[in-house]
Amino acid sequence: MIEFKNVNFEYEKGTPVLTDISFKIEDGESVGLIGCNGAGKSTLMKVLLGLLPHEGEITVGDVKLAKDTLDEVRKTIGFILQDSDNQMFMPTVFEDMMFGPLNYGHTKEEAEARVDKVLEELGIGYLKNKYNHKISGGEKKMAAIATILTMHPRAILMDEPTSALDPENRRKIINTINGLKTTKLIASHDLDMILDTCERVILMHDGKIIKDGTADEILKDKALLEANHMELPLKLQG
Amino acid sequence: MDELAAGTSPVHKLHPLVKFLVTIAYIYCVVSFSKYDLTGLFIMLLFPVIMFSTAGIPISTCFWKLRLVLPLVLMVGIFNPIFEGKAGLISMVTLMMKGVFALMASFIMVATTPIDGLCAALRKMHIPSVLVTLLLLTYRYISVLVKEVAIMTDAYKLRAPGQNGIAPKAWGSFLGQLLLRSMDRANELYSSMQLRAFKGEFFYAAQRKLNVRDALFFFVCIAAFVLARLINITELIGGVFA
Ligand SMILES: Nc1ncnc2c1ncn2[C@@H]1O[C@H](COP(=O)(O)OP(=O)(O)OP(=O)(O)O)[C@@H](O)[C@H]1O
Ligand SMILES: [Mg+2]
Repeated sequence: MIEFKNVNFEYEKGTPVLTDISFKIEDGESVGLIGCNGAGKSTLMKVLLGLLPHEGEITVGDVKLAKDTLDEVRKTIGFILQDSDNQMFMPTVFEDMMFGPLNYGHTKEEAEARVDKVLEELGIGYLKNKYNHKISGGEKKMAAIATILTMHPRAILMDEPTSALDPENRRKIINTINGLKTTKLIASHDLDMILDTCERVILMHDGKIIKDGTADEILKDKALLEANHMELPLKLQG
Repeated sequence: MDELAAGTSPVHKLHPLVKFLVTIAYIYCVVSFSKYDLTGLFIMLLFPVIMFSTAGIPISTCFWKLRLVLPLVLMVGIFNPIFEGKAGLISMVTLMMKGVFALMASFIMVATTPIDGLCAALRKMHIPSVLVTLLLLTYRYISVLVKEVAIMTDAYKLRAPGQNGIAPKAWGSFLGQLLLRSMDRANELYSSMQLRAFKGEFFYAAQRKLNVRDALFFFVCIAAFVLARLINITELIGGVFA
């Protein structure tokens, strides 16, 4: 469903940020993307969405990422930004949720039906007519996920979905993530959350993939994690 | 602002296009008064006052929200008394009133019309989509800018105890940072729009058709403006009682 073949990227000439990245994610998989600050997780996601240019080959579904396939790729993959404030730009949650479907040419009625369905699935109907600047961080994250779900993506990328959330909201987001039936790629250093949501993990450091394996195998490997500036998930620290 | 605009008074319900045109007509009319026609101009105050009270928005909200712009408007005629003596005093007051009236009328339009409606009205008048979208984005980014300023001011204050405001020597770096940070934010916001297939044209909520009330409002207002412009009603009323 998502494939990287020898992908390279640099913001400034001479300082590569992604080096020779190759991996393949199958339909329906949940993959955790872990690595310390500056490892290149966010950059990788932006490259995948065509927000940054790249060298090498990226395929999404059976479409090769290029200028004229941007629309198709972005329709297939939804992106939940780290900072929900940057995700939402309309006055109310409802208008924000309508934005994507309307741009894809759906009628108001169709779009609204989608919105109502998503709100119900996520159990956040009460947010529908709230103002974006007047809801809490946890609610905002849920609303941000909702704006993406109304576009019916086949895969969802999330950048640090649990950062800045209290334990209760964190748990809520984890449950929501587990309830999503799409393919998922989740970037985070909240390894406990990754353990709860992903079967597979890709470990990055310095713009390279260090290891790609099952969550069990990587998240239990104390030496490997420490060598890459991370710690065992709290749950496994016994 | 978006909240004020979400009200349901008769003023809110008027068609955005009609409100826009009437406001333009009002401002044009106010500005065209002679600069010594203080009493004639005075009657024009009625329009914003009626609009505010019908909309259920206290006039003080307007002055509070515009407190930063207001001094600039009042400054305009300040030198007239110096150049023109006593007549200058009148022309100064007239000028100030023109400015304040125009502000009040613009404010009531903006405050009772959702930005979408306004943009849709502008598009209807065949103003290019680029300009309208620009207006809409500026409007959205202003809140981004305001938020950044608030965050940075707080951060500054926490590390500068006892200082009132921001020391002039820090203004340069403060502004530079502000610019960079808002650009970053604006960039991210723009990405988020692109990811949701934004093509440069917003889908404004479908606007309803003009109805009889819109037409009535339009013609009554225009007629009233013309009348007020041609006949000095204030003096007329004064004359009756004299
Ligand atoms: N706009 C930019 N211009 C230049 N370099 C950048 C830019 N954004 C990020 N970088 C650099 O790219 C590298 C990877 O950054 P990235 O944000 O992808 O890391 P990350 O894994 O998401 O980290 P974090 O966990 O902190 O979010 C870092 O070394 C960073 O300094
Ligand atoms: Mg990141």
